[in-house]
Amino acid sequence: MPPVPADLASRMTEILADHRGMEGSLLPILHAVQGAWGYVPQEVVPIIALDLNISRAEVHGVISFYHDFREEPAGRHVVKLCRAEACQAMGADRVASHARQALGIDWHETTADGAVTLEPVFCLGLCACAPAAMVDGRVVGRVDEARLDALLATVQA
Amino acid sequence: MKIYLPRDAAARALDADAIAAAILSEATRRGVAVDLVRNGSRGMVWLEPLAEVVTASGRIAFGPMTLADVPGLFGDLAQHPKALGLTDDLPWMKAQTRLTFARVGVIDPLSLDDYRAHGGLTGLRKAMSMTPAAVVEEVIASGLRGRGGAGFPTGIKWKTVAGAAADRKYIVCNADEGDSGTFADRMLMEGDPFTLIEGMIIAGLAVSATKGFVYLRSEYPDAIEVMTQAVHIARAAGILGPSVLGSGITFDMEIRTGAGAYVCGEETSLLNSLEGKRGVVRAKPPLPALQGFLGKPTVVNNVISLATIPAIFEMGAAFYKGFGLGRSLGTIPLQIAGNVARGGLFECAFGLTLHQIIDDIAGGTATGRPVKAVQVGGPLGAYFPRSKFDLPFGYEEYASADGLIGHAGVVVFDDSVDMLKQARFAMEFCAIESCGKCTPCRIGAVRGAETIDRIARGDVAAIPLLTDLCQTMKAGSLCALGGFTPYPVMSALTHFPDDFAPMREAAE
Ligand SMILES: Cc1cc2nc3c(=O)[nH]c(=O)nc-3n(C[C@H](O)[C@H](O)[C@H](O)COP(=O)(O)O)c2cc1C
Ligand code: FES
Repeated sequence: MPPVPADLASRMTEILADHRGMEGSLLPILHAVQGAWGYVPQEVVPIIALDLNISRAEVHGVISFYHDFREEPAGRHVVKLCRAEACQAMGADRVASHARQALGIDWHETTADGAVTLEPVFCLGLCACAPAAMVDGRVVGRVDEARLDALLATVQA
Repeated sequence: MKIYLPRDAAARALDADAIAAAILSEATRRGVAVDLVRNGSRGMVWLEPLAEVVTASGRIAFGPMTLADVPGLFGDLAQHPKALGLTDDLPWMKAQTRLTFARVGVIDPLSLDDYRAHGGLTGLRKAMSMTPAAVVEEVIASGLRGRGGAGFPTGIKWKTVAGAAADRKYIVCNADEGDSGTFADRMLMEGDPFTLIEGMIIAGLAVSATKGFVYLRSEYPDAIEVMTQAVHIARAAGILGPSVLGSGITFDMEIRTGAGAYVCGEETSLLNSLEGKRGVVRAKPPLPALQGFLGKPTVVNNVISLATIPAIFEMGAAFYKGFGLGRSLGTIPLQIAGNVARGGLFECAFGLTLHQIIDDIAGGTATGRPVKAVQVGGPLGAYFPRSKFDLPFGYEEYASADGLIGHAGVVVFDDSVDMLKQARFAMEFCAIESCGKCTPCRIGAVRGAETIDRIARGDVAAIPLLTDLCQTMKAGSLCALGGFTPYPVMSALTHFPDDFAPMREAAE
């Protein structure tokens, strides 16, 4: 269980104030929370529930529904590899196996040193320069094994 | 000196930012003043990063650019090793009919002056001079059908919303674009965001909605950034807000970010997500047109449907309708992807065959091996073999071949593809992305993957089981996620039986 962020209460007050009056504000709030701490600390659930006047179960249900929201912090770097069809047609499966082997982890796992989290993604809209990846939010195209090794070298350093 | 270099995500994924930085530092080194415009992509992704230098005779294209090619842009352009000639004269550009994408790659995406100079806001002004009912009639007359996949006539949808009495109505733009092989929405939003805003305003005035949302997938950070800035700019210029272009009509909008769920592209799931709920599918009826966002009448349209509206008003419904075939009218931005020599976006009238698209336009595979299969319409679309390559690109034409055009993504595979594996992936994807509300989709997809594993192990009896399961999913699923997953599965089985057979023969 990650430690409770020290600035949780004050930042939550700001985040909730920023979204007050917005129609359907829960997803934007959760994105802001994840933007602040890199994950959604479980301690925000009752705070959000109280503010939006919904149950904790509802807030939790929303967090768990979406692939984007993490309940634990990720590694220092997040490598997302596209697993969808257009990338498969250009060897994405091979590149993904190479990545898992090179990092010694499977999908959704983080390397023991906390450097890299590996995640699957289904299409980045880069299907005409496949296989595609996203490294810490930056898009990369034509990711073959060599390009992947170069990417991993930058995030493992 | 004026140089264009795309800020489109595909160009950036191919190191356009490094090229841009090199252009600026080379210019500084030479003491040359350069106006570097980060435009959208022209859609020739195999040539990205594609630089264009403005000359007296027009824009000359250079690509794919590497760092070593940068200094040459400041020398004798005719001698540049990557010189391709005038962009507008390139075969890929000349063969297109760019109506929706007319400005993409041409203008500075966030310059309203550029936008206006290239016909921007003409459609909105035209629509504002008409009655709302006449606006709806014009859209009906254009023959425009939803480009998100289902192909429902856009004007008819608007008419339903226009006719619904309510204190509030909404325009929701579906920018969830989750289908593999598709990127038209992304390119449009990154390359010409004001067109989408203009289309949404026209939709708003047609149905008396004052508020719009763009539900944009989180996998598209570049598009989110451009759209967000475009909304601010449009608001500051009085295009959005309490009095659109001083007309007294109110329309404003927000950009909302999705959270990585494919099913949230389904319109009712999207509406739940927008309301801050789990993205589960709602049963229809009620139609979103009558009870949509927060229970109010809502137009839900795809990015391309909405972004085509300004062109329809600028050029007239009759002009738009002049393109296409049968009941598939106007133009369609094809997205050619996967294993192709020339991949990218190609807007043309409906009706091209796969043979024309893959062999002529895309130049065959990138690997140089023979094409074995093509999946049209995303992860819920059918796989076709070469024997179906004469099929004209149209909604009904594809439906009658047990396929769909979906969002017009065309994904090409060479002969190394194993179609049993593709069928299994379709089931696996459905299992991962199912919203969980209906059993045929949630459980069926898991069983489907298991059944295909049995076939892979040589169990002949599992083939009829798979066929039955597909029937159940097709007939019993609440939405097209479970309902259409049988398309890729059954097409793989039907058209490529050999990939499901060797183990079976071995077992016999
Ligand atoms: C599983 C699933 C995913 C979908 N994804 C999208 C999408 O990403 N974008 C989209 O515009 N439509 C998508 N649709 C279709 C929408 O439900 C809806 O038909 C469309 O947004 C209506 O807009 P249009 O009439 O302009 O096409 C999806 C449908 C299903 C069943
Ligand atoms: S399929 Fe991988 S980027 Fe689209």
